[in-house]
Amino acid sequence: MTKITETAIEADPKLPVIRMTRDFAATPGQLFRAHTDPVLFAQWVGPSGMDTRIDHWDARTGGSWRYTAGSGGQEFAFRGCFHDVRPDRIVQTFTFEGDPDGVALETLWFEDLGDGYTRLRTQSLVDSFEGRDAWLASGMESGVNEGYAKLDRMLADGAV
Amino acid sequence: MTADTLSRVFSALADPTRRDMVARLADGDTTVSRLAEPYRMTLQAVYKHLRVLEDAGLVSRPPGPQPRSVRLETEVFDLMDTWIERYRRRAEQRYRRLDAVLAAMSEPDREGAEHDKDHGDGHRG
Repeated sequence: MTKITETAIEADPKLPVIRMTRDFAATPGQLFRAHTDPVLFAQWVGPSGMDTRIDHWDARTGGSWRYTAGSGGQEFAFRGCFHDVRPDRIVQTFTFEGDPDGVALETLWFEDLGDGYTRLRTQSLVDSFEGRDAWLASGMESGVNEGYAKLDRMLADGAV
Repeated sequence: MTADTLSRVFSALADPTRRDMVARLADGDTTVSRLAEPYRMTLQAVYKHLRVLEDAGLVSRPPGPQPRSVRLETEVFDLMDTWIERYRRRAEQRYRRLDAVLAAMSEPDREGAEHDKDHGDGHRG
C-alpha cells in the first residue's frame, strides 16, 4: 500500500469538516499511546515553538482534558472531553478557550497497515462554516508568535 | 482575505447548484441564460444563486456588451487553497514531531501500559 508520509487534507465543501490522513512508522498501540499518554502527547501537540502544559488529563471514555500552549508570556488554552476512547478510535471534543462558544467534534482512527505502519485518519466537525474558518484563523494568530521560518513565510503573504 | 470572506466562500459552495455552476464556469465564461439551461428553475432563482457567488467573490460579471458574461474568479480559490495548505502544513509539522516521539518510544512490549490510568493534574510536557 502506498504510504501517505505527508499529511493529506480535505476540507469538505458540503459540511464544515476537515479530514486529514497520515501514515506513521509505528504500531496502532504506539500511536494510541502517543495520543493518550499526557507526557508523550505534550511532546508533539504543539504549536511549534510553544511549550505545552497539560493541566488536566483523563484519557478514558467520559474523561476530559485541558492543556495550555505558551511562549513569551502568551498562553492559549484548549479543553475538551474524551467521549469514547478505545484502541482503534478516539472521539473527543475540542474547544479553543479564546473562542469558548466554538466546539469541534474530533474522531481519530488508528488503522493497522500491517507492515509496521499505522494510518491515522482524523475528522474534525465544526458547528458551522464560520466556526471552521474562525478556527483556521485562530491558528494563524497563534502562529504570529512562533517565529518559525515557515510561519514567517506565511506572514510575509500578509494574510494575518 | 479575512475569515469572514472565507466563510462566505464556504457557505456559497455548500449548495450543490452553486457548486455545479462553479464547475461549469471553470470551463470558461458563459452567459446567464446559458448557465441557467440545465437547471429546472426560474431565471430569477439562477440570478439569486449568482448573487451569492458574486458576494463571495467567486464569480464576477464584468461590464461589457449585452448579454454580459459570467466569469469565475479563480483568485479566490487560490486564496482558499492557501488557507487550507497553511492548516495542512501546521498539521504536518505536528505529525513530524509525532514521528520523532514514536521513533523514541521504547519497545512495543511496553505498549498499552498505563494509558488507562487517570494521570490527574499538573503534568508538564
